Amino acid sequence: MSNSAGLEILDFSFPGRRIADAFPPVLVGVVGSGNLEVMLESAAGDDCSVRIETSARGFGPIWRAVLADFHERHPLGGIRISINDMGATPAVVSLRLGQAVAELPGASS
Amino acid sequence: MKWNTLVTQLFGPYHGMREADDFLQGEVVFDGRPLTVIGTANHAPIGVRLALAQARVVLDTIAQHPGRPILLLIDTQGQQLRRRDELLGINRAMAHLGMSIDLARRSGHRVIGLVYDQALSGGFITSGLIADACDALPEAEIRVMRIPAMARVTKLPEAMLTELSESNPVFAPGVGNYVAMGGVRALWEGDLQAALRAALSQPAGEDRRARDGALRGGRKLAADVAQRVLDAA
Amino acid sequence: MNLSYAECTARERLAHLLDAGSFHEWLPPAERVTSPHLAQLGVPGAFDDGVAIGRATLAGRTVFVAAQEGVFMGGGVGEVHGAKLVGLLQRALRDRPAAVLLLAESGGVRLHEANAGLIAVSEVMRAVLDVRAAGIPVITLIGGANGCFGGMGIVARCTDHIVMSDSGRLAMSGPEVIEASFGVEEFDSRDRALVWRTTGGKHRWLTGDCDALVEDDVQAFRAAAIAALGAAKAVTPALLEAEHALLSARLREMPPPSDDSDDATALWQRLGIADAQRIPDMDVAAVHALRAAAEVPR
Repeated sequence: MSNSAGLEILDFSFPGRRIADAFPPVLVGVVGSGNLEVMLESAAGDDCSVRIETSARGFGPIWRAVLADFHERHPLGGIRISINDMGATPAVVSLRLGQAVAELPGASS
Repeated sequence: MKWNTLVTQLFGPYHGMREADDFLQGEVVFDGRPLTVIGTANHAPIGVRLALAQARVVLDTIAQHPGRPILLLIDTQGQQLRRRDELLGINRAMAHLGMSIDLARRSGHRVIGLVYDQALSGGFITSGLIADACDALPEAEIRVMRIPAMARVTKLPEAMLTELSESNPVFAPGVGNYVAMGGVRALWEGDLQAALRAALSQPAGEDRRARDGALRGGRKLAADVAQRVLDAA
Repeated sequence: MNLSYAECTARERLAHLLDAGSFHEWLPPAERVTSPHLAQLGVPGAFDDGVAIGRATLAGRTVFVAAQEGVFMGGGVGEVHGAKLVGLLQRALRDRPAAVLLLAESGGVRLHEANAGLIAVSEVMRAVLDVRAAGIPVITLIGGANGCFGGMGIVARCTDHIVMSDSGRLAMSGPEVIEASFGVEEFDSRDRALVWRTTGGKHRWLTGDCDALVEDDVQAFRAAAIAALGAAKAVTPALLEAEHALLSARLREMPPPSDDSDDATALWQRLGIADAQRIPDMDVAAVHALRAAAEVPR
């Protein structure tokens, strides 16, 4: 579902294998041109759900690939990832996701 | 409406107000009480000089006429866009005008703003928007920035901004929108003297604009968000 | 260890400037108090709408603090962003912290929210003056890459005390807007030296438009903020008369326009500042000495 004027909203979900204990929200990044902010929150259930709001429309498959790759390395569950994106490259997206995970309690780098 | 027409309707043909270099001032009598009137004309750009000229009259009113109401007549294209004014600290001169008006308010002077033609950004922030309340004539317009400059700064297409300015209350310059958002208290329609009388009779007090914006439906979040901060753990 | 204030995000500035771990945020990102006006323009929002607000301690004293994120919408003030600032200031009236710190980095009114942003900035201005009238100092810190412009440039001058770094800028209209209106001859926005002579921290320090000039270092800002905790200055008729005299004198002292575009140096010379031509090359400590020598009134 997307907004008529141009903001695209994408939702994904991945089955978690490492269920996170409750944790306080984590926020990394800032919403500027070519950048994004990523917020991680504790969520009920075992899945990792992801919602992206982005001004760069039409990159759904690339988001899916980047997130799938991220989830391979960090198969977290019980977590909700929320992203505000302004056209970040896949490399920057992966970087921010990694930075966010590094701030989780008990994260091993 | 021309300033002279407005002032004549409000105070009669012998109002005594004068205009020099876009600066309006005068001491008038309304309902038997003296009133200080200052303002700008000819869509004046507000530079350091004009900001200081207005502040001078406000400070003189505080010093010499305790309790006298002040009427601000606003017609401006906003701050003067010159490097020289920036070098001189026009933001400081505008803050000085705003603080002078604000001190007048706090010292017991009723301060009423009236946008009688147009008002833009900084020129409005330090006049009507720091008064007890700001009213407007129905045909007046209030803007943040002209569309071509806005397009350059935001990188949004001019066509999009033009369309939004016609259809979207957040962008449309008509003062009706400002009333709905709480930025303008009321429009002066028909009997201007009655409107001024009503404005002067409103009680002064805390800033009601966010609450008005919520009640009138034009700005729904501001009051709630501020309240949430007050209530947060 | 020098941590550049300019290069930090708003949240990094808060983390390093305030007493470690003391920042308690109100309306944090997880509450998603965001702008209702951006999606219609195809622009993403930010979970905190570009400003982090809350309570903290500074050298053990309780302070309320707001940090604007310059990267998001140029730090522009929209409806929600402005309401967060207003709420913080209103809460300061109720809870009476030692000071309110405003880490200002903003282009002023958020143009994408036009009318709502304009009204919001004016509500912030009024709330700042309310806090000031209650005797609680409002201290503005300016050192971000986007500077402090527009309506926030006016708000800054309504606060009790301004700390700037030499990389910071404080003004009303940005050079790009002036150039777009009157051409490159009026203001060449790409001439960085000219921009900083006109609006930068050193110039504002020399003319007295800011109260402290520091290095681009978060710890230097911290020290200056701590020093400013007692800086409340009531707005009285006497204060405004002194301000009026200062600004009128400056207008009179301003050299007439000439073909030599370096009117900043000419102004500094008129203000009695020695070695004016060398100022752009001087470091902060050297510039401090110049103002002390010239005794520029504040």
